[in-house]
Amino acid sequence: MLGLEKKDATLLLIVFGLTMLAPFLLNPFPEGSAMAQFNAGYPDLMQRFVIFGIFAIGFNILFGLTGYLSFGHAAFLGIGSYAAMWMFKLFGMNVIPALALSVVMSGLFAVLIGYVSLRRSGIYFSILTLAFAMMSYALAYSVLATDMDGPDRQGLLQKGLTGGETGLQLTLQDPRILGQKAAEDGNLPVPNIFGLEMRSSAELELGNWVFTFSAGYYFSAVVMLIAFYLSIRIFRSPFGMMLRAIKSNQQRLNYTGLNPKPYTLAAFVISGMYAGLAGGLMASMDPLAGPERMFWTASGEVVLMTILGGAGTLIGPVLGAGAIKYMENILSKINSDILHGWFAFLPDGLEDFVVAIIYPFIGKGWHLTLGLIFMAVVIFLPGGLVEAGQRVARMFRGKKAEDDSKSASTEPAE
Amino acid sequence: MDWFILQLLNGLDKGSAYALIALGLTLIFGTLGVVNFAHGALFMIGAFCAVTLSRILTLSHQVVDETKTDFLGNPLKVDVPYVYDIFGESMGASIIDWAVPLSILFAIPVMIGIGVIMERGLIKHFYKRPHADQILVTFGLAIVLQEIIKYYFGANPIPTPAPEAFTGSFDFGALLGFDPGSIIYPYWRIIYFIFAAIIIGGVFAFLQFTTFGMVVRAGMADRETVGLLGINIDRRFTIMFGLAAAVAGLAGVMYTPINSPNYHMGMDFLVLSFVVVVVGGMGSLPGAVLAGFLLGILESFASMREVIEILPGINQVIIYLVAIIILLTRPRGLMGRKGVMED
Amino acid sequence: MGILEVKDVNKRFGGLQALGDVNLSVQENTVHAIIGPNGAGKSTLLNCLVGKLIPDTGSVLFDGQSVLGRTPHEINQMGISRVFQTPEIFGDLTVMENMMIPCFARRDGAFRLHAIEAVENEAELRDQAEAMLDDVNMLDKRNMHSASMSRGDKRRLEMAMCLVQNPKLLLLDEPTAGMARADTNNTIDLLKEIKEKRDITIAIIEHDMHVVFSLADRITVLAQGTPLVEDTPENIKGHPKVQEAYLGESH
Ligand SMILES: Nc1ncnc2c1ncn2[C@@H]1O[C@H](COP(=O)(O)OP(=O)(O)O)[C@@H](O)[C@H]1O
Ligand SMILES: [Mg+2]
Repeated sequence: MLGLEKKDATLLLIVFGLTMLAPFLLNPFPEGSAMAQFNAGYPDLMQRFVIFGIFAIGFNILFGLTGYLSFGHAAFLGIGSYAAMWMFKLFGMNVIPALALSVVMSGLFAVLIGYVSLRRSGIYFSILTLAFAMMSYALAYSVLATDMDGPDRQGLLQKGLTGGETGLQLTLQDPRILGQKAAEDGNLPVPNIFGLEMRSSAELELGNWVFTFSAGYYFSAVVMLIAFYLSIRIFRSPFGMMLRAIKSNQQRLNYTGLNPKPYTLAAFVISGMYAGLAGGLMASMDPLAGPERMFWTASGEVVLMTILGGAGTLIGPVLGAGAIKYMENILSKINSDILHGWFAFLPDGLEDFVVAIIYPFIGKGWHLTLGLIFMAVVIFLPGGLVEAGQRVARMFRGKKAEDDSKSASTEPAE
Repeated sequence: MDWFILQLLNGLDKGSAYALIALGLTLIFGTLGVVNFAHGALFMIGAFCAVTLSRILTLSHQVVDETKTDFLGNPLKVDVPYVYDIFGESMGASIIDWAVPLSILFAIPVMIGIGVIMERGLIKHFYKRPHADQILVTFGLAIVLQEIIKYYFGANPIPTPAPEAFTGSFDFGALLGFDPGSIIYPYWRIIYFIFAAIIIGGVFAFLQFTTFGMVVRAGMADRETVGLLGINIDRRFTIMFGLAAAVAGLAGVMYTPINSPNYHMGMDFLVLSFVVVVVGGMGSLPGAVLAGFLLGILESFASMREVIEILPGINQVIIYLVAIIILLTRPRGLMGRKGVMED
Repeated sequence: MGILEVKDVNKRFGGLQALGDVNLSVQENTVHAIIGPNGAGKSTLLNCLVGKLIPDTGSVLFDGQSVLGRTPHEINQMGISRVFQTPEIFGDLTVMENMMIPCFARRDGAFRLHAIEAVENEAELRDQAEAMLDDVNMLDKRNMHSASMSRGDKRRLEMAMCLVQNPKLLLLDEPTAGMARADTNNTIDLLKEIKEKRDITIAIIEHDMHVVFSLADRITVLAQGTPLVEDTPENIKGHPKVQEAYLGESH
């Protein structure tokens, strides 16, 4: 199917099914029940799942295949967002051209940054990418945010190219030469795809359950599926094999008549374009772009996602992105009252004790949990969640199957 | 001329902090071959040692002060720090006033302890793993340490003043024969610079003049050979890690009056310190120190209004720009040895 | 003029003269063995041929063109393949993938971005790779993780990877070290067969004299970075200087 082998086609189908049914699957608990706070089936969060999924899938093409650890990929996320915003401001609110520009712009910057950074490898490469991203951040924050219109005019570039700290926003003065300047009600127009607004949604009530189907989510999900499909093709292609060869033994590749440089640069640019696409989608869901999107913590986040899920595996980055965004949004909402509620069945003293132990790891402390999980993964489970899944599956399949899975695990990546 | 000296001085305190952190990073990289992303967290923990000590010193109990009354006419309860009970009021007050310098004594054992635990418990297992894994696990550790501090101390910066005696500024202008007031420089920053110079001198002397230091330097030059000589490198590595942690911690302690400590200060400095290490030359101790001061001073000059008017934002990017240029034209950095990670 | 002409090559490592005035001419379609005690500079010489090292002075011509200043992949694309002293393979990849990479390099050159069609669908290249694996008796190991194989197998894989490129000049650095006797004999047979079937020139560094005398048309003896003698195997066998410098101790 679609030029994929059976195993990959099955994986793609499963991911397709899961993303399409996500509004149901992520809302398993009825409205108003104690567990409802664990529901993740609301549009805003689901959009973030798939958008960061794209970001991580792209990052994985670079890091997972070649082993080059970029600590500056958020720069491309930011560039993608700014590019999309300018498309909204200048031409119109259709997301397709906006995304196209995001991908092109981030690709161009990736060529530039990648060409320079890839002249070094190892930790030097990491630091170079970090330096470039922090430079982009600093520029977006200050220089590019200065008034370029001149003091007497109040035009488009009044807050520069990036809008500085407050970010780049839509205004009613934007030209939007190919679209409406303002919505019919006089408010700011909304990103749409040929008229279908990204924020529009339909609700379905079934008993105590309320399911929300948002246009923005489904659009992002389709983009993510395409991105995922392309990444499978890349993984299985000669190009993908060369990238894995670079990670494995660059010297041998050289003496086999292949030039690693253009291969790594191509991987860098492709993954930069994925990041730009994700950034463009972020701006399409919520038309705003700020410099914090390029801060090094954002670059660190995609590293965490990819490794947590399983670097070098197909599905890992998507899982990692989902896990971290879920923790960020759900774990962080649990407070001590909720904990007390859960452990109310315990005797008072014990209840307080248990709550006191758990409390630092939830709510605002969710980063602590994240850090600990991440360390545990790097130390004990370099293959991330995917490896964990494989181990569990192996345990269940028992001894006989063990030999099969040994030969299976030598295949590239699942 | 006075503006020149002023910018030079302004660059010194930040440069001192860069140099101290970069020195520790380089010690660890040079001896252990480990890229430690948690090193900034050690700087931050050092700063919070100062916060902790000043909190301990101001631990109080309430006593009823018969001589005063509150607005309802009841006798007033006042907080009296325990140190007053122990050392008497005036002595106790000056101990509290001197909390930051006193924290040095407190921070040294704490930081060495943390460093040793870190090395034995975690880093040790990563000597043979790829640099990427080292970066990743120490990055995770940095997040954890940072969050623990945030949990106990909150997210807001905590002002931690210098002793009363050092709160003023020194008028270099008058001293050097310029207009009085043209170059004023806070006392504490002078202290910080002197302190940094002492620590740096101490570390170099330690490496230069002790047998221990000689072995370590030999190890930095050629790890395998030293290992072959049957010298117990492991224990020395642990000690080096403790030492590097202490250097970072002390840099943090003394920095608190300059910048109120917050939980993410470590990461803010770390990113720049890495750049400093690279500019100085990975694995070169003098390089790290030199680059630390150079970049601190460069940053200070780039922040001048006259410069910013010509090149807006240059102050924000100058360090990264220099690092990129250095890495591309002279990958071994200012003072790195030839062949060290030139790829 | 030979296919490979090494003229007055010198290479120093600090105070150590690893190669001193090396002159070597390898004739087309011959097997030229380079022998000499450990540390004689044999591997260093090969490093100068494939672009890993650049000689301090001297020239290296392959097919009439200089290789100096070219990158390793350019030199390989000129037709020189090398098997290393310690096996250099793609340890994270399967045996078959290891074989496919040189096939792509031969067909597509140093870089081609084909990121969409699957490796699986390259039937022609796969057949080439499988045929070559069959020649080295490794077809049954095609799906193995290559890092998990024995040292001897890694060596045979590396040789197969070089041979499948159909190079004009094959450089072998102690190809049978660490191989079992049977595999060594297989390797000799394989190389003999290849030599008969193809237009190929082989330069081989080898300690095993059985291998050397079974294959070599000419032998150069290297000692302390300088060629001692160059002659046919028969003459080398009886050469007093060689006996003294090298064979004397190992026989
Ligand atoms: N990269 C290098 N740096 C320094 N010395 C080297 C290097 N490569 C080889 N040598 C030295 O050059 C000499 C020749 O080495 P080599 O060519 O490997 O010998 P052989 O292959 O004949 O056993 C040896 O003394 C070796 O230690
Ligand atoms: Mg050799």
